[in-house]
Formats: sequence, C-alpha cells, structure tokens
Amino acid sequence: MSEDFSKIMIEQVGRLFEKQVSKDVLTAADSGEWQEGLWEAVSEAGLPHAMVAEASGGLGLAPADAMSLMRRMGYHALPLPLAETMVANHLWVEAGGSLLDGPTTFAPVTADDRIAIAFNREGATLNGTIGHVPWGGDVRHLVIFARDEKGVGYLAHVERDTVGTNQRRRNVAYEPRDNLQLDRIDVPLNAVLKAPDTLGGDGLLSYVAAIRVQQMVGGMERALDYALTYANERVQFGRPIGKFQAIQHMLAVAAGHFAAASAAADAMGESDIFAGDRFAIAVAKSRCGEAAGHVAAVCHQVHGAMGFTHEHALHFVTRRLWSWRDEGGSESYWQEWIGRNVCAMGGEALWPSITGFR
Amino acid sequence: MQAFRFEALSLPPEAQAMRKKVRAFLQDERSHNRFAAHRSSWSTFDAEFSRRAAAAGFVGMTWPKQYGGGEYSNLERFVVTEEMLAAGAPAGAHWIADRQSGPQILKHGSERARATILPKIAAGECYFGIGMSEPDSGSDLAAVRTKATRVDGGWTINGSKIWTSNAHRVHYLIVLARTSPLDQDRHAGLTQFIVATDSKGIQIRPILNMAGGHEFNEVFFKDVFVPDDMVMGQPGEGWKHVTGELAFERAGPDRFMSDIRLLVSLIDKVGAEPSERQAIAVGRCVAHFSALRRMSASIAGLLERGERPITEAALVKDVGTAFEREIPEMVRSLVPSESSLDDEDEFSQALAHVLLHAPSFTLRGGTPEILRGMIARGLGLR
Repeated sequence: MSEDFSKIMIEQVGRLFEKQVSKDVLTAADSGEWQEGLWEAVSEAGLPHAMVAEASGGLGLAPADAMSLMRRMGYHALPLPLAETMVANHLWVEAGGSLLDGPTTFAPVTADDRIAIAFNREGATLNGTIGHVPWGGDVRHLVIFARDEKGVGYLAHVERDTVGTNQRRRNVAYEPRDNLQLDRIDVPLNAVLKAPDTLGGDGLLSYVAAIRVQQMVGGMERALDYALTYANERVQFGRPIGKFQAIQHMLAVAAGHFAAASAAADAMGESDIFAGDRFAIAVAKSRCGEAAGHVAAVCHQVHGAMGFTHEHALHFVTRRLWSWRDEGGSESYWQEWIGRNVCAMGGEALWPSITGFR
Repeated sequence: MQAFRFEALSLPPEAQAMRKKVRAFLQDERSHNRFAAHRSSWSTFDAEFSRRAAAAGFVGMTWPKQYGGGEYSNLERFVVTEEMLAAGAPAGAHWIADRQSGPQILKHGSERARATILPKIAAGECYFGIGMSEPDSGSDLAAVRTKATRVDGGWTINGSKIWTSNAHRVHYLIVLARTSPLDQDRHAGLTQFIVATDSKGIQIRPILNMAGGHEFNEVFFKDVFVPDDMVMGQPGEGWKHVTGELAFERAGPDRFMSDIRLLVSLIDKVGAEPSERQAIAVGRCVAHFSALRRMSASIAGLLERGERPITEAALVKDVGTAFEREIPEMVRSLVPSESSLDDEDEFSQALAHVLLHAPSFTLRGGTPEILRGMIARGLGLR
C-alpha cells in the first residue's frame, strides 16, 4: 500500500471510529456485550486483515502504519479486539497460514503462561492454561504459541468453540480478559505452523505490549484533549481554570510525559518489531506505561468531581490507560529486562546500544 | 493535542560516518588520558581540548567554509554533540560559542563580525559568554536595565550582568541591552551587542558556585564602547534574536546528558548481575534517555529544515532537565555510598560531582517554571 493511501486510510478509519464509537456503544461494551454492529463496520473496511500482504488477501498496511491505526483505536477506546485480530492474522499468514475470518485473538499474553504441544499420528494436542486473553470468550479464532518437549515453538490455530472451559474476567476498563483452559485440545496438522525464530521466552507477550503502547498513546492524547477543553471552559474565581498557573503547569508536565511516550512509541513503530526488536518495545512499553499513569492522574485532577462521574466520558480512556499499562508486561517487567541487558554489557556499552536505537 | 511537532528522523549516512569519526577522536583523547570523563561535562572549561576538537573539525561544523566552518548539516553536528556528551568530554570552552553565539553572529552579525570572529571560534581559539541575566532580571529577561546609548560610530553600554559563566576566560560576551526606553511593549527596544571582554570599562568579579568552582561572574559595564558593526541585526531586534537562540540552546542533548557519565559509573558499579531493584531502575533510566534522545534528534531535524520549534525545545528541556536531576537521587538509592570528591573510587567522585552541580541543571537556560508557561501557551491555555 502506498504511503499516501495509508495516510488517507488512517484518517478515514479515524472518522469511522468517531462516528461509530459512541458513548452508548462504550457503555454497552462495558456491560460485556459483544459489539457486532461495530465489528461489521470495521470488517467492511477490511481492517481485520489490514496487516496481511495484498497478495495474501489483506490490505498490505506497513507495520508502522498499522501502529498509527492502533493509536486511533486507543484514542476512541474502540471496544473490540481489532488490533489483536490484525496482529494474529499477520503472524499466522507470515508463518504460512491462510486468512482467518472473524474476530481473532492470540495467546499466551502473560509473562508466565506456557502452552505445551505434543504431536501424534493424527495431529497435535495442546495443553495448558492461558490467562487474561483479550476477548477470549468472544472471538472466533485463537492463534496459540506453544512449545514441544524439545522447546521448539509453534503457532496453532484453534477454533474458539473447541475450547471448553472459560472463566470470564474483565480488566478495569471492563474489557474481557478471559482465563482459558486448554485441556487436551486436538488440532489437525494443517493447523500447526512453525513459529518464527524471533519469538523469545515470553512468546507473544511483546506483541501485546506493542499494541498497548500505541493504544496508550492514543488514549493519553484523548485524555489530554478532554482536559484542555475542560480547563478552557470551566470557570472558577471569575476565569477559566486553565488561566491559573497551577493548572497550566500540571498540564505542561503531562504534555511532557505524553511527548516522551509518543517519541518512544514512534521509534517502536519504525523499528522492525516483527523481526524481534525487543529493545524498542521494552523502551516504549515502559515509557508509555509510566506516562499513562501521570497523564491519567493529571487529567482527572483537572476535571475535578466531574471527571469522576460515569456521565463524563473521561473514564472510558483513563480506565483503559490503567489496564493497558499493566498488560503485555508492566513498566517494571520491561524496565528490568532493559536493565539486565544493559548491566550485562557494562557501562561503556550503554551509549552504543542507545545509538543503535532510533 | 496536535500542538507539538516531533517527527520521525533517521540519521542520514553522512551523520553515521561522522559518528565514527568523532568516536575515533574521543577514543584517542581518552587513550591518552587527556580528560577525566567521570567528572567532566559540557560545562568543564578546557581550552586545550577545544583546540584539539576544532583541529579535528568538530567546532563550527555547520558554518560556511569562508568563515572557517565545515558546511556540515545540523544532523552531523547533532551526532558530534551527543558523542562529546556521552564521552564526558570537557567541551565547556567552545560550547556556548559553537552552540549559540556563532550561529547568532552568522545570522545577524555584520560582515566584519562574521569574518573576524567566526574563523577563530571554528579554530577553537575564541570563546563566548552569555550576557542576558542581571541582578533584577533573571527569569523576567525583558526587565533588563543595562542600557546602550547611541554615540558617534557606535554605542556605549552602561549597566551590569550577573551569572555570566566564564566571563573571566572568554573573549566575547553577547550582551542584551535596552536601546530605547521601556514602553507598553516590554519586548521592544532591546538589542544584542558583541562585546569584547578586554574592552575598556569592563570589570569582571568572580562569584564562586556552591561546589567552590569559579564559573559565574558579575560583569560591570561603564561607558563601554561597541562599534556599529558589533551590533546584532537592527537595533530593537534583540528580543526576537534571544528567543530564536533559545530553540538552539534548549533542545540539544546537553539538556539531558549532563550526568550521563554517572549512569555509566552506576552500571559498572552494580555489575553484570544487578538486583531486581537495580535492574528496574537502570532500565527505567535507559527508557527515559532513549525517548529524550529521539525528541532531541527530531528537533535537530526541524532546525535543519530552517524551522524554529521554540515550544518543542522548551518541552525537551523541561523533560530533559527533570531527568538529569533525578539521576543522582536514583543512583544513591541503589548503591550504598557516602560520596566524596576525595575518594579514589570513580563512582564516589562522579556522584559527588553531580550532586554538587545538579541544582544548576534546572536553572541554566530557563527554569521549568518559565518553560511550563511556554508549553501551556503552546497547549492553548494562555
């Protein structure tokens, strides 16, 4: 897809979200209702397969552009596993599979969950528990990362309906994050593909991290938009509260966090995360997670009690910011990962490794 | 929230080539033990180092060749700047002249000023100080009272400046003075002058800083004559020049790398197998540092295109200097240490050095309190 066309498409999708993701839709999604109408709208736009090459039936959106699209999802608090579906299809098709139709998610998405795969004459069997799976109870397909007894990694396609046990669970944004029990799930051989070598010990965790990074940047942008509008409208002591230095400084500091987080997220968007660039992901996830907490706190403070009501839409993004910073590895998870790598190389290696980053 | 421009920037191949060149130079400096990286930085004044750096082509890099420059891009200069900082190079003698005075003279100076001064700066032999602050004019820069009066063939300056770093060892100051009486518009009637520090009527008194070092000075001007061709631009343009200069001054890597050598020392101190807490803290620093570096590089790209990203520069400085201030606090929480400049241990020395200088990080070049007002304006709040 050409660069200009990608840009136009991202703008169009932004308008689609603007129109479709209403407060009513978000409130209904909060109650656990699957938003089929919204899913149909994004499907018609071809978005579920946006990151799949055109030759394989997708839109051929470059990873960096897909990251911009995920920011728009975060800005509008899109209550769908669209980014998960895009990445799952990308991984599956790149590994040699064919397009998966309908909402799709991938797992494991936590640092500790592991799925074992064992091959037999008819196919393979998957075993294990996976927690906090985004929309695990709502999707049609799961792309599962599993290892055999020798430690070789595979991707397996599992129809959601074949997974029996499901414990419904929500994050603080009330987005489904379900616990699934894969109890001797049989899959045919043609539903198992060799996983890319670039996947590390924590499997697909870094891809959740990458998605949440972009969503957080979008969510922070929205929260700041709300806060700036409110600060210019709300009058106290005879003038808009945004005219007070205390409010200005709070928002300036929040804007600094937002700018630094965006810079880290941009760098990640340009790096080749699908070729295993974990440093960019680690930097972006830890910087964005830290910024998200600050920005959410400041935006709530600026809104006063109004921002604490269900009536005001601020909470739709701030609850997501608090959830997303934890998912795909929290700040401390990725900070520790960076810290261990940097310390192992010694002080003089610090600078060369940072200039290697963009 | 589309108020700020921080666009993608990938450094061009020539900038990467420049990185190799400057690394080789710095490696050579260090292999000859020519400076103590763990306790020097861009504010460490070392004229010998500046001459060697200039001879190697690292001063006045972006200026035209006719003025001694190398006609390199802002991005090549950016790479040299950050490499100097990363190495802890004592680049303080030429830093101000190279970063802001030279570019100002190139843009607003007379042909004689350009022809006589720039080649000397580029040779690492001519240094500058900033004559902005006054006893009653700190953050409120437009309140300057130093006055310049028209005389035959030039101007005479009367008044005083304070916190003038290195006034006692630089060759020129760029002095901001009032050239017409204060009226409704406080920003009107200000002009910048290039003043030689050996001019008749200048008196320089040292002010020691809290670390015992002599960088600050108070400078008194009594009927100091400045010829017309040492005026920057047209009289009355001073405020515009000063604010434009700040985009160069505020967004560079010197706003978040002042104590980077302490981070290097910390990593060596905790060793290859840090505790979980140490690893997390180091990782957090690296994440902050990487994000800042990208923001700063992005501004270098905007400057290269001739833009004046003043608000973005204020934002980088606010976030960057807050980060610099955090480093010593973080470091001492991770490693038990009673730091001292007298210890032989480099880590202890580095921490002591930074602790004693850190308060200045969030003062020089505009305080966060001023910067945040500028950012708020950019956000549409004032």
